[in-house]
Amino acid sequence: MFDNLSEKLDSVFKRLSGKGILSEKNIKDAMREVRQALLEADVNYKVARDFVKSVQAKAVGQEVLRSIDPGQQVVKIVHDELVALLGGTTAELTPIDRSPTIYMVCGLQGSGKTTLTGKLALWGRRKNKKPMVVAADIYRPAAVKQLKVVADQIDVPHFHIEGKTPPEICAAAVKHAKTNFIDLVILDTAGRLHIDQELMEELTQIKSQVQPHEILLVADAMTGQDAVNVADEFHKRLDVTGVVLSKLDGDARGGAALSIRQVTGCPIKLASVGEKPSDLEPFHPDRLASRILGMGDVVTLVEKAQESIDEEQAAKMQDKIFKAQFNFEDFLDQMAQLKKMGPLENLLQMIPGMGKALKGMTVDEKDMERMVAIIKSMTIEERRRPQLIDGSRKRRIAAGSGNSVQAVNQLLKQFFAMQKMFNQMGKKKMKGLPPGFNPF
Amino acid sequence: MFNSFKKLTESLTKTKDNIFGKISHVVSRRKIDDELLEEIEEILIEADVGFSATMRIIDTVKEKAREQRLSDGEEVIELLKQEITEILVQDEHPLFKPGDHKPVVWLIVGVNGVGKTTTIGKLATYFSTQEQKKAMIAACDTFRAAAVDQVVIWAERAKVDIIRSQEGADPASVAFDATQAATARGVDILLVDTAGRLHTKANLMEELKKIRRVVQKANPQAPVYTKLIIDGSTGQNAISQVKVFTDAVGCDGIIVTKLDGTAKGGVMIAVAQELGTQVDFIGLGEKVEDLQRFDAATFAEALVK
Ligand SMILES: Nc1nc2c(ncn2[C@@H]2O[C@H](COP(=O)(O)OP(=O)(O)OP(=O)(O)O)[C@@H](O)[C@H]2O)c(=O)[nH]1
Ligand SMILES: Nc1nc2c(ncn2[C@@H]2O[C@H](COP(=O)(O)OP(=O)(O)OP(=O)(O)O)[C@@H](O)[C@H]2O)c(=O)[nH]1
Ligand SMILES: [Mg+2]
Ligand SMILES: [Mg+2]
Repeated sequence: MFDNLSEKLDSVFKRLSGKGILSEKNIKDAMREVRQALLEADVNYKVARDFVKSVQAKAVGQEVLRSIDPGQQVVKIVHDELVALLGGTTAELTPIDRSPTIYMVCGLQGSGKTTLTGKLALWGRRKNKKPMVVAADIYRPAAVKQLKVVADQIDVPHFHIEGKTPPEICAAAVKHAKTNFIDLVILDTAGRLHIDQELMEELTQIKSQVQPHEILLVADAMTGQDAVNVADEFHKRLDVTGVVLSKLDGDARGGAALSIRQVTGCPIKLASVGEKPSDLEPFHPDRLASRILGMGDVVTLVEKAQESIDEEQAAKMQDKIFKAQFNFEDFLDQMAQLKKMGPLENLLQMIPGMGKALKGMTVDEKDMERMVAIIKSMTIEERRRPQLIDGSRKRRIAAGSGNSVQAVNQLLKQFFAMQKMFNQMGKKKMKGLPPGFNPF
Repeated sequence: MFNSFKKLTESLTKTKDNIFGKISHVVSRRKIDDELLEEIEEILIEADVGFSATMRIIDTVKEKAREQRLSDGEEVIELLKQEITEILVQDEHPLFKPGDHKPVVWLIVGVNGVGKTTTIGKLATYFSTQEQKKAMIAACDTFRAAAVDQVVIWAERAKVDIIRSQEGADPASVAFDATQAATARGVDILLVDTAGRLHTKANLMEELKKIRRVVQKANPQAPVYTKLIIDGSTGQNAISQVKVFTDAVGCDGIIVTKLDGTAKGGVMIAVAQELGTQVDFIGLGEKVEDLQRFDAATFAEALVK
């Protein structure tokens, strides 16, 4: 199995190196791989088909650039097209400039609406606005209490009236907001199926009563083919103004986003990336495009690193990775930093090809501690130039760290594999890809 | 059985353009050829069966049609049903093993928002009303806002006991207390509600392992089964979920929820094919009675109708 589309395409094109132009035949082969990658990422069947057709038309007849191989060139065409379809640039929420501005949050059951309501309130508060959250879910057990707990956590007022219908609650909330100098009202509605006529009608009523400035559809990034039906139905009823993709902190490829974007035409505005109120990010079309194509996400990795390490260090780390000058001293440094960034697996998964390079190297805390112990038993010279470590040095390091020689061997093997992989990544990056194109 | 079939079939054919009505539509008065198979391929992929699993099914059907010298399009339906059923049921899969000690503990796990807590309410109802078993709930999601309040309401609805602690408590210690209480009170089945967690978060998966260990410690004879809840509208990520949860805490069965929507849950076919994990129940709504035992033939039938 190939790790990503880029490798697959490389193999398709290997058979035809030397031909100077992307012909219909070889593009067709490549597009079969692209289509499969899209389907595996949960892009809807029809959306994938149309997408492939349009890319094919664009690619045929293009001259193969000398500096990169045809596989990469096709990946670039595909990637650019995906980015364009996903929205090109980051879309913004309607600004909070009325008294009050109203956001309505809706979607299927369990998609992450209540959590998002809290996140939006915190986001508003951080802009020095006065937000208020409204519990308009009278159905789910303890839904009102859930939003109350969230509101208390972030110290934002919570509105609800017992015994009223959701449209009544929302109307009363807006009235209350007007007299209480609230800038932003966020309506948390109950989860519902798009085919539930009665409950969909309820949303229409809320909309006509309070005229929200922003109607956000929350969609779970793990959703499969059905995303088109759901988004279509919600959009038809409500004229959704934006989509929020939730649970993007997992390993879902997120192809549903492309389907939703295609059937509704509305912009994806935000990415929900965790359970905490602060886990909200702008949506980056280019990152999702890479993710859909199975190409990891070095940008996110680097940004994550920047949150916990200072920028200079992060840049250095990236540089080292790409130049493959990464040695055991850096490894030790990074271990300490990585611990601050959260679960290691999450980070490693963002690096393309990493999954494969690290096979058999389970990164649980205990392993990490053992690795640190082994590295610490090396001399500075050995840490900088691991190739120096011969049999007798291995025995010394093993004894010094209380491990077997086998364990030392294993660490070295993994380290060299990693170095090799970084080396390849570095080369690919150097190979003259157009600026702004990040294959990862 | 008939009722359950009806409800599932109704749900699975509810889409306006009736995706699954389409196979029977597509095959009528057609010959079995590549074009027909391609249309069937599309329908399977749109049911989230996934690219590779779909290709394997199509290849098998093609091969069998050739062997049996079939040419009539309608005959494909039977082949598809057979093939899908065979993939879904690999061996005898009882909910309990003979000689299981009391209490049997079901650890209910899954990613965020899939329907774990709701399913617990339904399971408690199912066991006490359909199987005359004494069920009890352990409220081990001490993390999410108002998760305890939510599961307490489900315990009331199901009329079963619940062991709880306050928000923020150590979930493993609640599991320990609940297992002891269940043992002391002669409970048949203890349903443990756990916090939703993405399978990619190693620290949270560790926490699950700990809950499992602690239950075992509280009563070493109690058989512990892990049931993974999967949202029926999940796409190919379900495969990754099953893999990682299985590695961490095992997986003795899957419960697929929200099949009352228009999603088909076809990824279960890919899961069964790749990992051999089977489905025990399906969830079809938000009420205590909206739970059914999974029946592969019915599922396959509803899928290719
Ligand atoms: N990992 C992760 N979990 C999330 C995210 N957003 C929400 N969740 C979790 O998903 C689960 C469901 O979230 P809720 O906010 O309750 O979802 P909801 O749409 O309000 O659910 P209903 O009101 O029942 O329809 C909870 O466990 C949340 O903590 C996210 O971006 N990442
Ligand atoms: N339509 C439908 N909705 C369901 C079904 N099962 C659960 N739900 C709804 O899905 C939402 C989430 O359900 P929960 O039981 O809270 O999910 P959970 O997995 O416990 O969520 P967390 O604990 O936050 O991870 C709620 O709104 C439920 O009412 C089902 O079979 N059909
Ligand atoms: Mg909610
Ligand atoms: Mg729950």
